[in-house]
Amino acid sequence: MTTPIAQLDSGPLIRWSWITDHGDLILSNLVQHLVLTFVTVAIGFVLSMLLAVVALRFRFTFAPINAVTGIMYAVPSIALFVLLTPLTGLTTLTAEIALISYTLQILTRSIVAGIDGVPPAVRESATGMGYTDRQRLWHVELPLALPVILSGVRIATVTTVGLLPVAGLLGSDQGGLGELIFDGLTRFFNTPLLVGAVLVVAVAVACDLLLVGVQQVLTPWARRRGTSA
Amino acid sequence: MSFLHDVFVWFNDPVNWSGSNGVPARVLEHVVLSLVALLVAAAVAVPTGALLGASQRKGTVLINLANVGRAIPSFAVLVLGVIWLGLGSAPVVITLVLLALPPIFVFTFTAVREVDAAVVDSARGMGMTERAVLWRVRLPLARPLILYGLRLSSAAVIATATLAALIGGGGLGRYIVDGFSVRDYRVIFAGTVLVVGLVLISEAFFAMLERTTVSPGIRRAAET
Repeated sequence: MTTPIAQLDSGPLIRWSWITDHGDLILSNLVQHLVLTFVTVAIGFVLSMLLAVVALRFRFTFAPINAVTGIMYAVPSIALFVLLTPLTGLTTLTAEIALISYTLQILTRSIVAGIDGVPPAVRESATGMGYTDRQRLWHVELPLALPVILSGVRIATVTTVGLLPVAGLLGSDQGGLGELIFDGLTRFFNTPLLVGAVLVVAVAVACDLLLVGVQQVLTPWARRRGTSA
Repeated sequence: MSFLHDVFVWFNDPVNWSGSNGVPARVLEHVVLSLVALLVAAAVAVPTGALLGASQRKGTVLINLANVGRAIPSFAVLVLGVIWLGLGSAPVVITLVLLALPPIFVFTFTAVREVDAAVVDSARGMGMTERAVLWRVRLPLARPLILYGLRLSSAAVIATATLAALIGGGGLGRYIVDGFSVRDYRVIFAGTVLVVGLVLISEAFFAMLERTTVSPGIRRAAET
């Protein structure tokens, strides 16, 4: 707690020439950040969907699934990235495994909560109309659960955007915009730090707003009722 | 199993229990960082959430602000804090406070706002002042959710305080970052176990707090 305050970089807050000189690097890091985030959430969603279907069909598995994904969620991000390196090396795979495991808890819970929230009367009418279990899941339960599921996707996406830079600790190819941040930290150079951090915040807020938009387009009834998840 | 044995040996070595890099010192740093941040966040977010929740105002601006706040990545905030304030504990505490604020505020606001209107009306009908309605009706009924918000924030703060080590700060993150730089996985694992242990202690603490401070009638109603 008593560490004396030391300034990282005594130079100007930002060197614009560095930014113009490194436009390609910034752009490729930004693209990598978006791609890795998308891959993480997509794989996380598929796995969570499977876990949720199992948890819904076999109720007794919900508590253990929730407990295991919960413990994975409690492990600090740096620790998970670093502890996986003996198994998978300093690779994108390491970063991906850690990031995906963080999305499981959020997504599984939101899918289960969303489908649980479908009114029993609606479910019974669907069965009464002759829907099979699978048809009922795809055509009735999932659409009605969509607002809750999408709010889970929103949290998972934003969390991934924020944690990905920490994976930059593993090396310059893993962390998307984290490369700029770690570059700045190791060289005591403010400009890449500032560019990296500001872009991470911008990407997170942009993804959040984009998904709010998607939520409103896909579930117009929720907006009309005036509820927001 | 030999890896776990090595970790066990590390924990048993008296060298790792003394000095400024010993377990007690690092745990204390971690707990102080987390506790200061959580207390500051609670001192700000609980009263504002409760007052706004009990008022007639819609509170849309603050709720939206809190939702945007939840989207802002802690690591980026930490880095911006370092650029602004330099290395040290100040940017870490600020980051952790900003991380803890939104959930505490949103849960407190929602819990106080969504107390059954009929209950609030009967309290008023019995002659309670607005202040008494807040303190003796709304807050006790909202307590389980308020505690849940604090519990979530506390776990997030303890886990995120490890990031302090990335900017040269103390706490249990030191074991993880320093261990990684020399590829000593025993130390990394020991640090992780300690952080997860602190999170579990915090979870147990809030579970106990809920059991002892929430009226049994409310708890029973919430369970059904």
